[in-house]
Amino acid sequence: MSNDLFADLGWLPRAPADFEARLRGLASGAEGSGLQLLASHALDENRLMKVARYLAKARAAGTALSPLTPFTLGVITNSTTDFLCSAIAGTSPRFGLHVTCVAGAYDQGLQESVDPGSAINAARPNAVLVGIDWRGLGLRPTTRGDEEADAMVAGALAHLNAIRAGIHAGSGAVCIVQTLAPPAERVFGSLDRSVPGSLVSMIDAVNHGIAAAVRDSTDILFDVDGLAATVGLASWHAPSEWNLAKLPFASRLLPLYADHVCRLLASMSGKSRRCLILDLDNTMWGGVIGDDGLSGIRLAQGDADGEAYLDFQQYVLSLRDRGIVLAVSSKNDDLVARSPFREHPEMRVKEEHIAVFQANWNDKATNIAAIARELSLGLQSMVFVDDNPFERELVRQALPEVAVVELPEDPALYARTLGASGYFELTALSREDLDRASFYEGNARRAELQKSVGNLDDYLASLDMEIVLQPFDEIGRARIAQLINKSNQFNLTTRRYSETDVAALTDDPTCFTLQVRLIDHFGDNGMISVVVCRGVGGESWDVDTWLMSCRVLGRRVEQMVLHELLRHASAANAREIVGTFIPTDRNGMVAEHYAKLGFELARRGEDGSTSWRLTVPGTVVTPPPMRVTRIGLP
Amino acid sequence: MSHVNDAIPARLTTVFRDVFDDDALEVHSAMTAADVDGWDSLTHVRLMLSVERAFATKFTASEIGRLKTVGDLIELIARKTS
Repeated sequence: MSNDLFADLGWLPRAPADFEARLRGLASGAEGSGLQLLASHALDENRLMKVARYLAKARAAGTALSPLTPFTLGVITNSTTDFLCSAIAGTSPRFGLHVTCVAGAYDQGLQESVDPGSAINAARPNAVLVGIDWRGLGLRPTTRGDEEADAMVAGALAHLNAIRAGIHAGSGAVCIVQTLAPPAERVFGSLDRSVPGSLVSMIDAVNHGIAAAVRDSTDILFDVDGLAATVGLASWHAPSEWNLAKLPFASRLLPLYADHVCRLLASMSGKSRRCLILDLDNTMWGGVIGDDGLSGIRLAQGDADGEAYLDFQQYVLSLRDRGIVLAVSSKNDDLVARSPFREHPEMRVKEEHIAVFQANWNDKATNIAAIARELSLGLQSMVFVDDNPFERELVRQALPEVAVVELPEDPALYARTLGASGYFELTALSREDLDRASFYEGNARRAELQKSVGNLDDYLASLDMEIVLQPFDEIGRARIAQLINKSNQFNLTTRRYSETDVAALTDDPTCFTLQVRLIDHFGDNGMISVVVCRGVGGESWDVDTWLMSCRVLGRRVEQMVLHELLRHASAANAREIVGTFIPTDRNGMVAEHYAKLGFELARRGEDGSTSWRLTVPGTVVTPPPMRVTRIGLP
Repeated sequence: MSHVNDAIPARLTTVFRDVFDDDALEVHSAMTAADVDGWDSLTHVRLMLSVERAFATKFTASEIGRLKTVGDLIELIARKTS
């Protein structure tokens, strides 16, 4: 089934297949945080109901649910509330809340609100959702003149205002007032928009009236009209479901509706997020700045891919302008990562918009923790955006409080996905909120790293990695040559070879070659590493070329490659492996590559290059947790 | 019943287990609402909507109204999805 961004909450990771078992097996004493983690997946209606049921049982048993905050929500509608209530309660742990819903009697909104002893007022709710749709407000299309239409609009607004006044007097709770989604069936057609007595016109007038009334009060607006328009009125309204059970909108959209309700509750409870942490390569621009260079990254008008990244930057900038603090976490050399901000004419986001700029080769969880500390904002204020699923999952596992947006493959949809996630929802706009970003930013400073967070070994083991090792061959030739000519960062010697050269290396009996693929549970990363050794047959193997895609940094692929080199060098009775590092302005990240792998420094050249030596007999490298598939290798 | 696709009861069992949150549940043709814990009118609505989604089909109110047993539901699904 295709994954719809809105109906299927596409910004959240998919629920695990063993969701029910995990829910039943939540560790005693950690139910609250466990629930928050489970509810942070995209859950359908049935699973939301299971979470709601779990919450109800836990509360009845007196289980402490911290860190979840309790929240009581009254619900007044002219429809069946049971499904709404369980979907909202089941969604609430995603937002750090555990919601108890108190529903009013069916279609008795006004009576419930004005009676101080009603179930809703007696429950002393934190808020009351006034979710009455057009069918509950006496709106009927009329062709008998504007006055009748005006009277119906005024009557609908008076009814809603009476409910709000009743709640305020009866329990002091804040009201969350829904706007109305017009029906999909039109009477005139386009003319419905201008005929005052059409439902479309009256509903429009009521919505304007609701927005104006709520804006001047402490109540909160819930723009259901906007939500329904976003998914489409024909998807929103399900006449058969209304007839069957008085469901106010298609039940398929319940998880989306509940997520939107809980955003408002979270914002009311001071739990909305405030800081956006951005990856750079293939997130803010197309391509890899360290490999492709300033002229090679895609970020420009006139190129469909480049425009997609411009659009995303524009959206990021509009978030910044409304007070969201921006930070960067990128695996890059600092100066290289800053170069587009300083020199690329198309960049919309500038260095001065970035409060903390973390470009280094450490894992992103450690960097995000450093950013949070530097800004004195909690991890629960952070939203992280990265195109690489490996980094996203690493951060989710190490820092579950951080919201990590599932990004689609197409950068044209980055802005829409981040917007749909609603992580920055606000219920009211204050001067302080608007000014927050500029208060923090100014110098794109670096934050000091402290100890690593999370256990990388456990994470790597959970990835189900498979490495495929293979000598150069004809099928791989074009991609091998491409990597050899494009890789700048993880590239020890930066020697460039054409396809013809690669063919010659393939046939040369004094050369040992490797092309390496990596597959993990996110998918096939394709060819990610290339190695060429010369001197095969002699005592000393010389690593002529060793390069790797930065996309798979931190997976210990290089240890696995060394393990493989040692295997073959040992079988060929070589005594040593010699490696060379030739510095360029791009490959500083691998200056210590051979030292980290246990090689000894043999020579330091005047040009800054270094030679390294590793004795083959007796050297043992522990292979990292990955399955090995060899093709065409003994 | 001989024309009914054998895969339907198995898939229906998965939906029932999800809706009623009971991993031991097995559907059979003679089963009615009285046989299952928690099968009230509201859960019935959720069940019908979940079945529609699982089998990518839509039922009309009158089709739903005529159902008496799980066997009727299996036949309805077979007819709508054949």
